[in-house]
Amino acid sequence: MATLSLRGVRKSYLAGTETIKGIDLDVADREFVVFVGPSGCGKSTLLRMIAGLEDITAGDLLIDGTRVNDVDPASRGLAMVFQSYALYPHMTVADNMGFALKLAGRPKAERDAKVAEAARILQLEPVLTQRPRSLSGGQRQRVAIGRAIVRQPRVFLFDEPLSNLDAALRGQMRVELLRLHEELAATMIYVTHDQVEAMTMADKIVVLHAGRVEQVGSPMELYNHPANLFVAGFIGSPRMNLLPGTVGAAAPGGTVPVTLAGGVTVSVRPAQVLAPGSSVTLGIRPEALRQAADGPFSGAALLVERLGGMTLVHVTLESGETLVAQADGNDPIRAHDVIRLAVDPSVCHLFAANGLVLSQAEPPQAKPGDLHDLDAMPSLARA
Amino acid sequence: MSTVGATVPMADMTASQPAAERRARRRMLPLVAPAVGVLLVWMIVPLVLTLWFSVQRYNLLNPALHGFAGIENYQYLVTDPDFWASLVNTLVLVGAVLVVTVGGGTLLAVLFDQPFAGKGIARVLAISPFFVMPTVSALVWKNLMLHPIYGIAGFLWRLVGLSPVDWFATFPLASVIAIVSWEWLPFALLILLTAVQSLDHSQIEAARLDGASFVQQFRYIMLPHLSRAISVVIMIETIFLLTVFAEIFVTTSGGPGNATTNLAFLIYARALLQFDVGGASAGGMVAIVLANIVAFFLVRSIGRRMDI
Ligand SMILES: Nc1ncnc2c1ncn2[C@@H]1O[C@H](COP(=O)(O)OP(=O)(O)OP(=O)(O)O)[C@@H](O)[C@H]1O
Ligand SMILES: [Mg+2]
Repeated sequence: MATLSLRGVRKSYLAGTETIKGIDLDVADREFVVFVGPSGCGKSTLLRMIAGLEDITAGDLLIDGTRVNDVDPASRGLAMVFQSYALYPHMTVADNMGFALKLAGRPKAERDAKVAEAARILQLEPVLTQRPRSLSGGQRQRVAIGRAIVRQPRVFLFDEPLSNLDAALRGQMRVELLRLHEELAATMIYVTHDQVEAMTMADKIVVLHAGRVEQVGSPMELYNHPANLFVAGFIGSPRMNLLPGTVGAAAPGGTVPVTLAGGVTVSVRPAQVLAPGSSVTLGIRPEALRQAADGPFSGAALLVERLGGMTLVHVTLESGETLVAQADGNDPIRAHDVIRLAVDPSVCHLFAANGLVLSQAEPPQAKPGDLHDLDAMPSLARA
Repeated sequence: MSTVGATVPMADMTASQPAAERRARRRMLPLVAPAVGVLLVWMIVPLVLTLWFSVQRYNLLNPALHGFAGIENYQYLVTDPDFWASLVNTLVLVGAVLVVTVGGGTLLAVLFDQPFAGKGIARVLAISPFFVMPTVSALVWKNLMLHPIYGIAGFLWRLVGLSPVDWFATFPLASVIAIVSWEWLPFALLILLTAVQSLDHSQIEAARLDGASFVQQFRYIMLPHLSRAISVVIMIETIFLLTVFAEIFVTTSGGPGNATTNLAFLIYARALLQFDVGGASAGGMVAIVLANIVAFFLVRSIGRRMDI
């Protein structure tokens, strides 16, 4: 049982400049929470404040309901895995993992048993007597995780633990971490700037930007209902296409036409009344764009990225903007082909000038066949 | 890290193609020969000359007395109580200065790594004694610091109502040790400070999370990290401390009695006070053997440290 709460947590390293600007957050027991955000947004700072390595300038940090602002790091019952692993180079793998227990004065038999158990979980048994420098990156990473496991902490903290690994190993370690989360039934907080890691691993994603929480939610909530332009642009790979436009006069039936820079008009159904003439941003996920002979967007394919299962087409519109559309893996399209694209307005996102969302996209219905049924796409008009 | 990366593939290479390696070495020989030759001559000529003089009857005051002496000079040396005293003094001096400089240097290095106001100035001040030449620092200590009448120590002693101590008469060897330690502490500090600063700070943070107190962080993380730098400091200092001379010459002239005569001073006294070149050379040979014994153990222990 371990819950964690942040109440108005702030941090300034230098008087006058705030790095963390007031964060409220609740982490439930056994939850896998991912802090994600661009470089320098304060993810590590926040994690280090939770760990106790940085002082909390203002606000409260509660673990299991108890305020721990002034509790020293070791007594908070947390374990942290550092980006650089921070293994003790002169100790063997077993000694690295057993160090905390040794400091705590536990008997050797107990230490050995716990280290052996962690080594079993992490498949580190063959390297227990080696020193860190003779290990591979993935093994070092596992030793760092093993050092955390052995302490049986209430909460695991990870600071970009996979960023030093190559892509294949990263994918593998991602799976192993999830398995570990399952096996240990532990609360975990995981920092990354990689939104793919965030999407694939999190129960709950916390998107941070410039020291503030932009949005908190499950991966699919964030994907389908980004609360603002920042989250919309950050979550999802390839990125959402963001096109500036102007609101027109509301049509009967509650739809509102949005005229984009190139003259294309897309009718959307916003959740609130929009003043005609106000400027907005239309967000379209690459998978919401389909090739269609009568599509409103037309342009030349600038670049065709074949990823195997799908193809990403970068299209330069006549208006000069670039759209990324997702096509089938076997789509015959080639660079410089002129294509037309249609969009499903019901999965479009509309953001006001201040960046906040205006109309929320419906999560796509999981009806097979529906996705490729371009004729079924409703009212698209060319101005 | 980088050394390991470099040695592993090389080890593979020698294992797989020793013949090619040997051929490559032979081709390189003419290229390195001049350098090796110069070094060899540089080392061998004085060594052979010293060895030669050490078995000669060779006293500048008595040119009539000459010829081959055999081991007479050595016999005379080992039966001379001054020699054994100087050997002990040399070892005590080296050992004590090493303890003070390495111990003090490590503590200071850790302290200077902490943030505090005026750190830059404090660092410069702490390192500056290293740039004072030994003769000058010995004079400063003799006349300004430890002199019972003009010295600061004497002034302080009087200040608290004690009668001043004539340090060089009462604690001669300890006083010399103090001077030499003062000179070499900055060197140890300099080397160890860079080593302290090269420690990955997240290791200390990991240790803090693991529950290590400040002392335990020092004991289990900092000290092992510093061990390599400490060995380097010990090795370099030992080489120089075996030959401490100016400080003794300026302050005590090896006295009172033979209380501060180390091997280097003994050799000097033999050669240039008693003009016994043969005896001095025998002492020199002993110094060479001693230095080599020390160097052998040091290099071995450091070699082992280097590939942790
Ligand atoms: N010790 C420090 N003193 C002063 N400023 C700091 C300190 N540590 C971090 N900062 C500042 O706080 C901000 C957030 O840093 P932080 O390391 O938390 O970023 P991050 O989100 O982890 O970025 P990254 O993804 O690059 O690791 C940065 O602007 C950084 O300059
Ligand atoms: Mg970071």
